[in-house]
Amino acid sequence: MQVQTTIEQKLAAGLQPAVLQVINESGMHNVPAGSESHFKVVAVSDAFVDLGLVQRHRQINGLLADELAGPVHALSLQAFTPEEWVARGGQFDASPDCLGGSSAG
Amino acid sequence: MDVNERIGNLISSNGVMLFMKGDRRFPMCGFSGQAIQLLESCGAVYETLNVLEDDEIRQGIKAYSSWPTIPQLYVGGEFVGGSDIMMSLHQQGELQRLIKETQTA
Repeated sequence: MQVQTTIEQKLAAGLQPAVLQVINESGMHNVPAGSESHFKVVAVSDAFVDLGLVQRHRQINGLLADELAGPVHALSLQAFTPEEWVARGGQFDASPDCLGGSSAG
Repeated sequence: MDVNERIGNLISSNGVMLFMKGDRRFPMCGFSGQAIQLLESCGAVYETLNVLEDDEIRQGIKAYSSWPTIPQLYVGGEFVGGSDIMMSLHQQGELQRLIKETQTA
C-alpha cells in the first residue's frame, strides 16, 4: 500500500480535497498480484474552480511527478469542483477494462 | 528529423491525431480502446500512431505536451487530452463539436 499512501498524502496536501478517492486498479491489469502500477484518482476540490480539464490534470500530474516517473504506469483522473460533484450526484466514471497490453510507460 | 519535428508533422498534417497503444482494430490498452470508441462514436476521420512500435515517439510525446500518459489526442494541431478528458468532453458534447469543427474547416 506504500505507493497508494504516498499518492493520498501528496494529493491531500496539494489539493485540500473535499473528496479524495485513490483506487488501486492494478488488479484489473496484466501485472503481478499486489502491484501498485495502475491507479484511479477521484478528487473534488476548490482548487479546480476556473481551471480547464487539461489544467486540472496537469496540477495532479505535477503533484505526482515522482510517482509517474517511477512505479505508476497508468493514472486515470477525474477532477471535479464541489459544485460539479454535487451536480453529478457524487458519481464518477468506471475505468475501461484492460486489453492486455504491455508493461511500463 | 528529430522527434519533435516528427510529432509536429503528424499533428499538423492530421486534423485528428491519436497517439495510442496498439491500433484502432486492436487497441493494446483499455484507455486507448476507450479513446478509439469515443472517436468512432463522433464519426471522426482520424489517424493513429502506435507508440508500442515507435519508442522514440513513445518517450517524445510525453515531453512534447508535458503529459505523462498515453493515449494523447490532438485536434487541429492542439493537444486535447487523454482518455479521461476525451470522456468528459464527450459527455458534454464538446468532443463532437471540436471534431466537427476541424473536419468541416
